[in-house]
Amino acid sequence: MDLLRFATAGSVDDGKSTLIGRLLLDSKSIFEDQLEAVEATSKTRGYDYTDLALLTDGLRSEREQGITIDVAYRYFATPRRKFIIADTPGHVQYTRNMVTGASTADLGLVLVDARQGLTEQSRRHAVILSLLRVPHLVLAVNKMDLVDYDEATYEKIRQEFENFTQRLNVPDLAVIPLSALKGDNVVTRSEAMPWYEGSSLMHHLENVHIASDRDLRDVRFPVQYVVRPKSDEHHDYRGYAGQVASGVMRPGDEVMVLPSGLTSKIAGIDLYDQELDAAYPPMSVVVRLEDDLDVSRGDMICRVKNAPDAGQDIDAMVCWMTREPLRPRQKLAIKHTTRLARTMVKDIQYRLDINTLHRDQETQELGLNEIGRVTLRTTQQVFTDPYEQNRVTGSFILIDEATGVTVGAGMIN
Amino acid sequence: MTRVQTNTDYRLSQLDELEAESIHIFREVAAELEKPVLMFSGGKDSIVMLRLAEKAFHPARIPFPVLQVDTGYDFPEVLACRDSWVDRLGVRLIVASVEQAIADGVVVDDGKTTRNRLQIGTLLNAIEENAFTAAFGGGRRDEEKARAKERVYSHRDEFGQWDPKNQRPELWSLYNGRLHEGEHMRVFPLSNWTELDIWDYIAREGIEIPSIYFSHQRRVFERDGMLLSESEFNPLRDGETVTERTVRFRTVGDLTLTGCVESSAGTLQEIVEEVAASRITERGATRGDDRFSEAAMEDRKKEGYF
Repeated sequence: MDLLRFATAGSVDDGKSTLIGRLLLDSKSIFEDQLEAVEATSKTRGYDYTDLALLTDGLRSEREQGITIDVAYRYFATPRRKFIIADTPGHVQYTRNMVTGASTADLGLVLVDARQGLTEQSRRHAVILSLLRVPHLVLAVNKMDLVDYDEATYEKIRQEFENFTQRLNVPDLAVIPLSALKGDNVVTRSEAMPWYEGSSLMHHLENVHIASDRDLRDVRFPVQYVVRPKSDEHHDYRGYAGQVASGVMRPGDEVMVLPSGLTSKIAGIDLYDQELDAAYPPMSVVVRLEDDLDVSRGDMICRVKNAPDAGQDIDAMVCWMTREPLRPRQKLAIKHTTRLARTMVKDIQYRLDINTLHRDQETQELGLNEIGRVTLRTTQQVFTDPYEQNRVTGSFILIDEATGVTVGAGMIN
Repeated sequence: MTRVQTNTDYRLSQLDELEAESIHIFREVAAELEKPVLMFSGGKDSIVMLRLAEKAFHPARIPFPVLQVDTGYDFPEVLACRDSWVDRLGVRLIVASVEQAIADGVVVDDGKTTRNRLQIGTLLNAIEENAFTAAFGGGRRDEEKARAKERVYSHRDEFGQWDPKNQRPELWSLYNGRLHEGEHMRVFPLSNWTELDIWDYIAREGIEIPSIYFSHQRRVFERDGMLLSESEFNPLRDGETVTERTVRFRTVGDLTLTGCVESSAGTLQEIVEEVAASRITERGATRGDDRFSEAAMEDRKKEGYF
């Protein structure tokens, strides 16, 4: 059984919470006491039916205001797969939350109301998912029951969305007509829509092929922690712990360590008391080298003839996440893989209007929830790949040094 | 040593992927935060945490101590299991006692507040006294609504409080461990595990857990729809009678509040099957402390609960 992480986007009105509630309920991930609590609340509030959306209600302030504030994580499993849903709110702080939810997602699920068709919001969600290079996209055309399961309505939305996503980077798209409330095409194929020949949402989620999304060619191993037992039994043990970002590493491979550029061979790869014949993403292992090199946290192990870019200048798309705007000459802390450095904003090249994809080159700053192309200069070398090739070595966060808060997310061009 | 053959298709099972993610979190904290500690309840989640920490630093020892808040109402079987783990791993154990905190006036026992709630002040005091900057907790997001929104790195102010509306964004696996003087970070390496994942992992790894998780004969009585253990700390109220039943515990905590369930699951495999088929959440079934209000957990968490 493997793991699929997906992010959902859409507002309460699109029936997103109902759809998630139904996925959880129909995969038997909802327990009786949870369902009873939701049934009781529905009754107290005078609803005619059990509001499945209540299952995903979180904090008290959210219940009071009837909105979702923050990214919530949900879990369900079928015999084929385990799923982690990053459930992101559609309206409040949408960009910041969607970027967060999409950053770890294998698949993005955008919901639209069949009666409304595509809205500005659904286009915006698709743009963010493509910027975050979420490899698989699903457009769920919901509330088909309210348009009499009409094929033409679905077709119109599908074509419009496909035309729109051609301008974006979307490697894999599925458009599924469904009714979250009635359960059509959620788990089983709906008899009400015989004209639809694709799979149900659950079937698609269970079968979408994610194994080839990983890069098994370019070895990138950011050193996280140096393991030195200093015990009698393991007196000379020195290993470099980390999580494989990409590529396959094997004992005997010739490797290079950055920034020193020194080379050695892999003596062994350890996972607890086992010595492995290979390590690949996203394994957390300890790598031992044949030579005694000076390697520390923040260094990068790669192959001799296949190294990431090394330098102090970064050109990236940045999503800004705090009220005080990002401005040129601003100084921040940057965390990239396991390396922490300081950085200065050299230039804001443009702000991207995520509704029109227009590039505003006149801008002098990036405000809260805005995305733009930014050039940064770092105090130390960083070892990067373009984000579209590698989501681990291509991403970074920006931290306000005074408050300690994460204020920006970057994707390297 | 012979090398272990990994999967030829370079794919990880979901348990391996969860394990890799948790190990990454342990190493990240040990590398970036000055003085971490692992909060150990003796329950299955904190034991899985210990196991993952062991794996993260092997063959070196776990580079931080283990902290247990002793309510005075802990199951003896749980304390025995704790001691066995601590001995084997050679880690330092710090016990923060609620009794002692009451005696020292750190927390006030007004006779109405449960030991569970008194743990909060005891815990915060221990964190402050030892100047810990990070405390690993075994909380999982599938457990409860308020936890579903909590970050892996959950920032606490100088009063130990959690501000759910003002959490730091958390992207990719890039964790932000920046702190000011007096603040600390609660870190949840098991955030993405479910109850079933925990049991699958315990079974796969053959991990030692307290014996009360397995089916056994116990003298119990019924209170508020829960089966509680007969004990000197649990005086019977009018109309309550003790009977002997075949039970096991799904969670372990304060024995005055933690209920057991009737079960004949005597092996890990049988427990996995029982959990997979279970239709009631572990907290709903067996934890008096979560039943007070719809937002019971959220309130305790804001104050500084685990």
